[in-house]
Amino acid sequence: MSWIDIGSLDDVPLRGARLVKTHIGCIAVFRTAEAEVFAATNSCPHKGGPLSEGIVHGQSVTCPLHNWVFDLNTGQAQVADEGRIDTYPVRVEDGRILLDDSAVTRRSAA
Amino acid sequence: MKQRLVVIGAGMASGRVLETLTDNAPDAFDITLFNAEPRGNYNRIMLSPVLSGEKTYDEIVTHDDAWYAERGVACRFGEKVAKIDREMKVVEGEKGHVPYDKLVIATGSNPFIIPLPGHDLDGVIAYRDLEDTQQMMGMGPDNKVVVIGGGLLGLEAAAGMAAHGVDVTVVHIMGHLMERQLDEAAGYLLKKSLEEKGIKICLQANSKEILGQDGKVRALLLEDGTELPCDLLVMAVGIRPNTTLAQEAGLATGRGIHVDDQMLTSDPDVYAVGECVEHDGAVFGLVAPLYDQAKVAAQALMEQDAAFVQKTLSTKLKVTGCDLFSAGDFADGPGREDIVFRDPSRGVYKRLVIEEDRLVGAVMYGDTADGSWFFGLIKDGTNIDEMRETLIFGPAYQGGDTADPLSAVAALPPEAEICGCNGVCKGEIVAAITAGAGDLGAVRASTKASASCGTCTGLVEQLLQVTLGDEFQMPAAQPVCGCTDLTHEDVRRLIKGQELKSQAAVWQELGWTTPNGCHICRPAINYYLLADWPLEYQDDPQSRFVNERKHANIQKDGTFSVVPRIWGGITTPDELRAIADAADKYDVPTVKVTGGQRIDLLGVKGEDLPAIWSDLNDAGLVSGHAYSKGLRTVKTCVGTDHCRFGTQDSTGLGIKLEKTLWGSWTPHKLKLAVSGCPRNCAEATCKDIGVVCVDSGYQISIGGAAGMDVKETELLCQVPTEDEAIEVVMAVTQAYREGGKYLDRLYKWLGKVGMDWVKAQVVEDLDNRAALVARFELSQSIYRKDPWAEHVRDKAKTYAPIADFTLEAAE
Repeated sequence: MSWIDIGSLDDVPLRGARLVKTHIGCIAVFRTAEAEVFAATNSCPHKGGPLSEGIVHGQSVTCPLHNWVFDLNTGQAQVADEGRIDTYPVRVEDGRILLDDSAVTRRSAA
Repeated sequence: MKQRLVVIGAGMASGRVLETLTDNAPDAFDITLFNAEPRGNYNRIMLSPVLSGEKTYDEIVTHDDAWYAERGVACRFGEKVAKIDREMKVVEGEKGHVPYDKLVIATGSNPFIIPLPGHDLDGVIAYRDLEDTQQMMGMGPDNKVVVIGGGLLGLEAAAGMAAHGVDVTVVHIMGHLMERQLDEAAGYLLKKSLEEKGIKICLQANSKEILGQDGKVRALLLEDGTELPCDLLVMAVGIRPNTTLAQEAGLATGRGIHVDDQMLTSDPDVYAVGECVEHDGAVFGLVAPLYDQAKVAAQALMEQDAAFVQKTLSTKLKVTGCDLFSAGDFADGPGREDIVFRDPSRGVYKRLVIEEDRLVGAVMYGDTADGSWFFGLIKDGTNIDEMRETLIFGPAYQGGDTADPLSAVAALPPEAEICGCNGVCKGEIVAAITAGAGDLGAVRASTKASASCGTCTGLVEQLLQVTLGDEFQMPAAQPVCGCTDLTHEDVRRLIKGQELKSQAAVWQELGWTTPNGCHICRPAINYYLLADWPLEYQDDPQSRFVNERKHANIQKDGTFSVVPRIWGGITTPDELRAIADAADKYDVPTVKVTGGQRIDLLGVKGEDLPAIWSDLNDAGLVSGHAYSKGLRTVKTCVGTDHCRFGTQDSTGLGIKLEKTLWGSWTPHKLKLAVSGCPRNCAEATCKDIGVVCVDSGYQISIGGAAGMDVKETELLCQVPTEDEAIEVVMAVTQAYREGGKYLDRLYKWLGKVGMDWVKAQVVEDLDNRAALVARFELSQSIYRKDPWAEHVRDKAKTYAPIADFTLEAAE
């Protein structure tokens, strides 16, 4: 696993998110607490809503289009809705956000 | 033969190394101890009690001269080490060389000084050693002190000085105090307790410059222009491992001196312990791991097996009257869940973080009696599945058999206070219920419980259920959301009544069951706070639905629509050209004329929003707020300017109303129209507020709608002049803003309060009308502005991705 510095923690508002564009799609980086971040695919499995635009609460995000709620730990949609978003390893070190490179590069065919 | 051991630094970690070593192997080493400070080891973490006067320096000395003499430690205090020569195995002190067989580096850490202009002025200090403490103790009631840093150390410094009557202000860059140990709710309670001790606290405050006079500190200047005068400025913003000596000696260092599990550096004869080391990526600032390291290093020196293992830590703040506890881990990880308990009347907050049936973190404020029990569960990794339901109530409630949510209330002793306002305990309430008080109203009447602030209503109802069983039906009042049992009306009443001015205050004082709300309550609470406290509360974009956060309407494909304001529906060729140019430049796929007399540009990419706004701004166009729970448009007909039937200048009045009301937030969207005659071409009688002009004046009617419900407005009043019409509209809008439930259109609010009430407020009582207008104007002094221009200026970069890997050359 190798980590890629994608920016400063301060650039993501508390209880907000920012987008990371990659060749394999867009990743949303969520800041749920002062020094707590999560990364997941930006696209809601329901109708493709941009999750980075959703309201972030606890360790969850609500899709802005139809209010599906996803647990950012597991990527699971809250009950009643069925679906899952991909989550990616991400961490904070010295105020920088480090994203696992599997999130941004094509996985090798091995 | 004795080996020669040299120790550099007499701090808490090396002190523990020496203790362990001389206790267990008194004859193994000839020991020399260097210390740059002119004294031996004292308990640095007890400096705060020294500062506050609860202890004296002598009481916190752990090793005095006699101790070193007894153990045969050669002390070279006040002497700095210039160099470590690893090849010759010699430590070069200022007053001579000392050879070693084994070396322990315990150089500790340096306080971090922010390199602000003026940081080298006299009177700018850190909080690290006895000298700093003594400087702070020299401050008295006539002095002002600013502390930069709202972490553990900064707050202890502030509280210590405040105890001597010093006027202390804490400046903290983050949104709440001690953000590394506490969550927002606990941070809020801590702030409240410290403020009660007379300490001023500025959050989200960026320091810009330290101002001086004659080489001495005079004030701290913040980014926002605030000047905080001070005689002493204490920087307590963190520490950096002191690795200089080790680095110059060629030892492996990163953030700290690299050590392995035996505290051995990259040199097999050199150990390092304490705040100067980095072990497995971590550096250390709390005392518990330092002692562990010291023990391991001593054992390694005695050639015993030992390994340092990083453990979960707990934190307590040493400030009298601020009872807080934090332990474990709140960082990300799969499958975490929270249990939150709040008792607003006692100022208690507890939060537990659980992962895979194990407790991994705990934060508590106000009642930390169970802290060590929770800490034990965290350290031991105890499976808590069986006691999950009652876990948060602590060890006293464990061992029971039920998982009934009412069991916690059932388990409360009779003397437990339920209603803090009226001092009613459980026993009295149960007695009243058994004596015949069968519902909430009867309990309130006979005991006063829950009759004041109402926050214990839920508890009283649970007691009714526990006592009466199936005879009691829990009422079906609709709470705001799953985070609270309170209704919107309750929350609004309590925000005003208890003067709650932040979201954290609402969550805590009203007993929210989640750490920070959800997508349902957050926008509502944000609205209530900004409507009730326009000056004190700052709008929180993160509590807004995307449209109001980004000032554009999200479309089903994730693009946005952009609607510039066209005042009263009147535009110009230049504006139209600017709109057309923008549509071309940003490849807008659809351009539509709206029902509100303006032009909608649909399909704009999120990243292009600041740029298209900037272009529109240049042509004098501002946001039309087509996305907001706030004023949308004021639709007009052409009125006396052109129409042969027009009785008044309806377009002119429409423009004036729009210029007065724009930017204001309301419980739901607010649409207005002004028709120039009763033919009503502007369709004013199906708007939230409609004005129909007649020869003798202006008929104002309210409560119309043409959405899911279609409603005709009801007449509120007729006024003779345009100015009075504007006043009445402002007053009605403000009454709706102050009383409406979030997401109730005006007609729903009207249905609840009744037309007679509204007439009494804004038509008959002229003083009250004027007061409503004044409060509206006060709020508009903040919100009557173009959010587009503001975002173009301050937030443009947040619309772009934080990182874009598609721009890199293809593999």
